[in-house]
Amino acid sequence: MSTPNPTSQRPRTIVEKIWDDHVVAPGTDGAPDVLGIDLHLVHEVTSPQAFDGLRERGLRVRRPGQTVATVDHSIPTTDRSLPIVDEIAAKQVSRLEENCREFGIPLHGIGSPHQGIVHVIGPELGLTQPGMTIVCGDSHTATHGAFGALAFGIGTTEVEHVLATQSLLQRRPKTFEVRVDGQLHPGVTAKDIILSLLSRIGIGGGTGHVFEYRGTAIRAVGMEGRMTICNMSIEGGARAGLVAPDDVTFEYLAGRPHAPQGADWEAAVAAWRRLPTDDGATYDRSIAFDAGELTPMVTYGTNPGMGFPITERIPDPARLADANQRDSLSAALEYMALTPGEPILGKAIDVVFVGSCTNSRISDLREAARMIRGRHVADSVRMMVVPGSTEVKRQAESEGLAQVFRDAGAEWREAGCSMCIAMNGDQLQPGQYSVSTSNRNFEGRQGKGGRTFLASPLTAVASAVTGRLSDPRALL
Amino acid sequence: MTGLSREPFRSVTSAVVPFPRNDIDTDQIIPARFLKTVNRAGLGEQLFFDWRYLPDGTPNSDFILNQPSMAGRAVLLAGDNFGCGSSREHAPWALMAWGIRAVVSSSFADIFRNNALKNGLLPIAVAPEVLDRLFALVETDPATSITLDLEAQELRLPDGEAIGFEVDSFARRMILDGTDELGYLLNLEPQIAAYEASHPARVDTLHA
Repeated sequence: MSTPNPTSQRPRTIVEKIWDDHVVAPGTDGAPDVLGIDLHLVHEVTSPQAFDGLRERGLRVRRPGQTVATVDHSIPTTDRSLPIVDEIAAKQVSRLEENCREFGIPLHGIGSPHQGIVHVIGPELGLTQPGMTIVCGDSHTATHGAFGALAFGIGTTEVEHVLATQSLLQRRPKTFEVRVDGQLHPGVTAKDIILSLLSRIGIGGGTGHVFEYRGTAIRAVGMEGRMTICNMSIEGGARAGLVAPDDVTFEYLAGRPHAPQGADWEAAVAAWRRLPTDDGATYDRSIAFDAGELTPMVTYGTNPGMGFPITERIPDPARLADANQRDSLSAALEYMALTPGEPILGKAIDVVFVGSCTNSRISDLREAARMIRGRHVADSVRMMVVPGSTEVKRQAESEGLAQVFRDAGAEWREAGCSMCIAMNGDQLQPGQYSVSTSNRNFEGRQGKGGRTFLASPLTAVASAVTGRLSDPRALL
Repeated sequence: MTGLSREPFRSVTSAVVPFPRNDIDTDQIIPARFLKTVNRAGLGEQLFFDWRYLPDGTPNSDFILNQPSMAGRAVLLAGDNFGCGSSREHAPWALMAWGIRAVVSSSFADIFRNNALKNGLLPIAVAPEVLDRLFALVETDPATSITLDLEAQELRLPDGEAIGFEVDSFARRMILDGTDELGYLLNLEPQIAAYEASHPARVDTLHA
C-alpha cells in the first residue's frame, strides 16, 4: 500500500521518504503508484525508439528542462576532430542530435566541454541532488544514489513514458540494508567493498530491493567512492542503491553549475538533512561486514558475483553441492580458461582498462596515477585510461595526471564508455585477458571471446606494470 | 489521448526451448555491438548471437536454438535469474522477434521483467522445484507442449495438471486488454499537472 503524505510518525527509511515525496497518483485497483521523476538522463543507445514512439503518437517531451542528453556508449574515444568511422554508430549519434533538436532537449554532444558518461556528468554538473528521483535508460543509473537520490535504470518503453509524462508506473521496492563499518586498509578501496558485497550475496541477491549503504566505511570513502559502490548495485540485482546525504555530499555539491545557490542552497540543505533513515525504521533485509577484514578483490568468473580476495585460488566446481551452481561455475571457468586450485595472482594479462561509470572519476585517476608514477606498463600489456567525462579529462590534464599515464606507456583517451561495453571499437580480441575497473565480466562484454577480471584501479595499475594479476599492496 | 492498442493476448501453447543455464544476462541475449541500431529491425537474427554462431559466422550446431526442431517454439525454459545485467529493451525485442512469447524461469531480473511485460512477453516465475520438473519433462519428451494461460494465471501440462503462477496484476490487465501503459499515464494528466503545481522542478537543465 502506498502512503502519499503520511502524517503518522512511523519511522521511515530514506527510500520510503523519497518515494512518499514523489507519488503523483497512488496505485489503486491493483495498479502501481505513479512516481514523479525529477531528472531524466538520456543517451544515444536506449532512446531512438522512444523518440519514434513520441512521434507516432504526436506527443512532445513534457519537461525538457528536467531532461538532459549526452553521447557516451557508441562514440570513439580517439581524436574527436575526426568523423565517426563506424557508420551505424555515426547514424545513432546524429539521430540523438536530431531528436534533441526536435524535442528541445539540451544535449552535451561531441565537442561539448560537458560531454561524458551520463553517470559522470550528472553529478559533475550538480544535476544529481539528494532526495531526487532520477532515471535513465541504463542499468548503472544507481550511481546517482551516492547523493541520496532514488536513481534507477529503465527500459526504452519507460524512457518514452518519462519523456511524455515525466512520470513512471512503479511498484514500491523492498529495502536492503548494507552496513559496512570499520576502516579499509591501505590498498583496499570502495571497489573492493562492492565486489565483496557481490561475492557474498550473488548476482541476484538484491533482486526486488533497493540497497541502502550505511556505516562508517561508506561515510569514509568520499563521494566518488560512494558512486563506485552505488554504481554496481544492479550487479547484485538491485535496481537502485543509495547512501544518505551528509556534509560530505553537500560539500561535493556546493558551487556546481546546477546546485542551488544562496538562500535556495540553505533551504535545500535543511531539507536534505531530513532525508536520512529514521532511527527505528526497519529494512526487509540486512547484511553487515567489516571493512577492516577486506583485501583487494578480483573476479574470476563470468558474472560480477564470482569474485574473491585476490590472494585466493580458483574454486573447484566439484566441491559445490548444488548442481546448478556447479554447472555455472564450470561454464565460467571454461570460458575464462582457468583451472580449479590455481592461484589467480600471477595470471598473465593482455589489457588493462581504467575507465567506465564505475571508476573513471578524477579521484580514480589520481589514485591510479599515484601508483603508476615512475613505473612503466609491462611490454606485454596494453593499458588504456579513459576519463569518464571531458571535464575529468581536462582536470586530469591540468593536474599532470595525463602525462604521468603517457610517460608510463598507457594510452590517454577521450571520454566515453569505451571498453566497458565495447560498442565503439575499443575491445578485447578473442582469448585476451583484461584487468578492468568496469562493472561487468559477462562473456564477451569487452569484446567477443574476451576474458575480464574486474578489480579496483589500484589492482589494475599493479597488474599493468607487472603484466600479471597483482596485489596492489605490494606496490604501495 | 488513449494508448496505442496491440493484439490482446490470453495464452500460448507451445513446445519449449530448454536452456538450463542460470544467470543468462542481457549481454548474451543480445550483444552490445548490436545496440547501435535506431530501430528494432533484425534483432531476431542477433538473438544469443555469440552463442548461436561460431567465430567464422556459421551456426553453432550445439546451440539449442540451432536445432531444427526448435523452430517455431514460443516458450523458453531458462535457468534462474534470467535477464540480469543491462537494461537494454533490445533483449525482449530480440526474443519476441525470434518468436518467443513467454520465458519460464525460477526468477527474473527486475528490469528485464518490466521490459518484457511492457512488450507483452510473459516472464513466468515458478518455484525452483517446478522448474526442475519442467526441465525433466522436456528431457524425457522434447516435444512436450505446455500452456501458459495469462487469464487463468496457470501453467498447464499435457496431462492436464495446472500450476498457478503470480504475475503483476496491472501488467496482466494491460496485456489481456491489448492496451499499453503510456495511454494509462496520459489519462492521468490532471493528477500529473496537480503534482507539478505542488512540486516545483528541482533543476532546470535548459539554464545553468
